[in-house]
Amino acid sequence: MKVKEIVDILKCQVLNEGNMEEEVKTACGSDMMSDVLAFVKDQSVLLTGLMNPQVVRTAEMMDMHCIVFVRGKNIDPTVVALARQKEITVLASPYRMFTACGLLYSNGLRGGCEIK
Amino acid sequence: MSMLHLTYQVPGDDFTRAGEASGDVKHKLKKLGYEPDAVRRVAIAMYEGEINMVIHAGGGEAVVDIDPDRVDILLQDHGPGIADVDQAMQAGWSTAPDNVRALGFGAGMGLPNMKKYTDEMTIDSVVGEGTAVRMTVFPGRKEEGR
Repeated sequence: MKVKEIVDILKCQVLNEGNMEEEVKTACGSDMMSDVLAFVKDQSVLLTGLMNPQVVRTAEMMDMHCIVFVRGKNIDPTVVALARQKEITVLASPYRMFTACGLLYSNGLRGGCEIK
Repeated sequence: MSMLHLTYQVPGDDFTRAGEASGDVKHKLKKLGYEPDAVRRVAIAMYEGEINMVIHAGGGEAVVDIDPDRVDILLQDHGPGIADVDQAMQAGWSTAPDNVRALGFGAGMGLPNMKKYTDEMTIDSVVGEGTAVRMTVFPGRKEEGR
């Protein structure tokens, strides 16, 4: 899936436009950045309801290229500014976490942590 | 002397700035051409450490020595110290207050995660004096199986 497809599927507002043609295969959804840092491996999209600069820092450390803020949260401009500096795409979706993840999954995006 | 010696002050009163030092080290390692796996391991471990210093110790100092075959990170603070290091190393064990959890941290994964991503890690802590965490990443040792 391309980043620009996420914009359509989740009816996103684009707050910082990075490489929209980039192909992404896996994502993770979490409000706990501790868990993202501990469990995420090669996921390139982060869905979260948390709104602070540490979301961008976490994505940066994990080499994630796209952040989706779910449930139409009020966007903090300092968060977007930091993402712009780090060249990370920032999207805002009106959907809540469960629905946003479900829509992406049903369109082919995976979690990258399938249980054997 | 290391090839590149970096020192950072990690401010203890500004949560929003936690991660600046790690971000800078990540950027430098990338520019120097270190393999992505090693760059990521250094960045994550150091970032977790930075967050810890801000949450628990009122900030501190980060010293990073970069060499072709190793990256050494020293995180030094003058916080309350860790009474029981073995307990602190257990996944899920945390003394972080609720306001830190509301910021997305304090799940008790920081120290175990730092150990997971680095090749060597030691913690020297004295209650009432502070904590020193030393971590080393050897580029080329794959993340495989971590």
